[in-house]
Amino acid sequence: MTVAKSNKPIVWGPFAAGGTITAFVTPVLVLLTLFAALGFVPSLLTYENLHAFAANWLGKLVIFGIILLSLWHAAHRLRVTLHDFGIRADTWVAIAVYFIASLGTVATLFYLLRIS
Amino acid sequence: MSERQIQLEVLRYNPETDSEPRFQTYSVPCLNEWVVLDALNYVKDNLDPTVSYRWSCHMAVCGSCGMMVNGEPKLACKAFIHEYGDQIRVEPLANFPIERDLVTVVDDFIGKLASVKPYLIPKEDKPVSAGEYKQSPVELKTFKQYTLCINCMLCYAACPQYGLVPEFIGPAAISLAHRYNQDSRDGGREQRQEVIASHDGVWECSFVGACSEVCPKHVDPASALQQVKVASTIDWYKEHLMPWMKK
Repeated sequence: MTVAKSNKPIVWGPFAAGGTITAFVTPVLVLLTLFAALGFVPSLLTYENLHAFAANWLGKLVIFGIILLSLWHAAHRLRVTLHDFGIRADTWVAIAVYFIASLGTVATLFYLLRIS
Repeated sequence: MSERQIQLEVLRYNPETDSEPRFQTYSVPCLNEWVVLDALNYVKDNLDPTVSYRWSCHMAVCGSCGMMVNGEPKLACKAFIHEYGDQIRVEPLANFPIERDLVTVVDDFIGKLASVKPYLIPKEDKPVSAGEYKQSPVELKTFKQYTLCINCMLCYAACPQYGLVPEFIGPAAISLAHRYNQDSRDGGREQRQEVIASHDGVWECSFVGACSEVCPKHVDPASALQQVKVASTIDWYKEHLMPWMKK
């Protein structure tokens, strides 16, 4: 029995990386955003500091990496979940969810590059 | 010892004479210490000798008596009566064709199991005079839990992916492939990857995790499949981005 090895690792690699980021970074971001909304902003996370972080190319890279991988993870998770629910039009689902993730990625790139 | 009257609903089906499965209810006087298999044996011995089901060891070792108990994949010998109400419904394992009553056709699983070569393929052939293939406790620990699989197929009955995609190699077979891949004495990983790294292999798994929930031996097949995904992904990047690494 000789079957070609799957190319699934191309999508699964970023998915797994995004899953790890989503699990560890997203809850912290949610918590910090909640604190900020309630008026508790630690001095480290003031607007000026965060702006300076996003203006630096390394900061941009970190933000871009987190958003890209989280979006990719969410898109792939949604695709698999829809498959689990019995929606068989996998190609269309894949096109739709990855398109939305790509759109978000391009938007991230666009807005990150505007910060200087 | 307290006794309780249980209404045991048993799925009956003979593909040669019946057009579709039906349920037959037996009233069984059960001791509270009994398991569902005891109730079935009572039916077979005292009420209806025509009921068909598989069983052998009665101690969760042989893996024969897997069936749906109130809709959940269970070993009938490990499903205690006292954990259920007065009405218990038993059906053959989901996702498998019915051979007769509670007996399923397992050829699909057996074929898949054989396809992953679940046996030691030694790295190097040594003459007996060269002595044993040695293994440290740490090396054993990496795969020991995956050796506990008894091929009871509860994980296949629980897996929604296997239900949707019958070609999926499935939890137990991939876990057992992983068990041998992880074995320090084994050299057969390349051969097994041909099967488990294919599209119908580990990549059909969507990590629902039901396999690990129903596993009566705590093998945790879902963890094995996740490890196989990581290893196969590393393989893929090595093969495509670093082709010079290829042997």
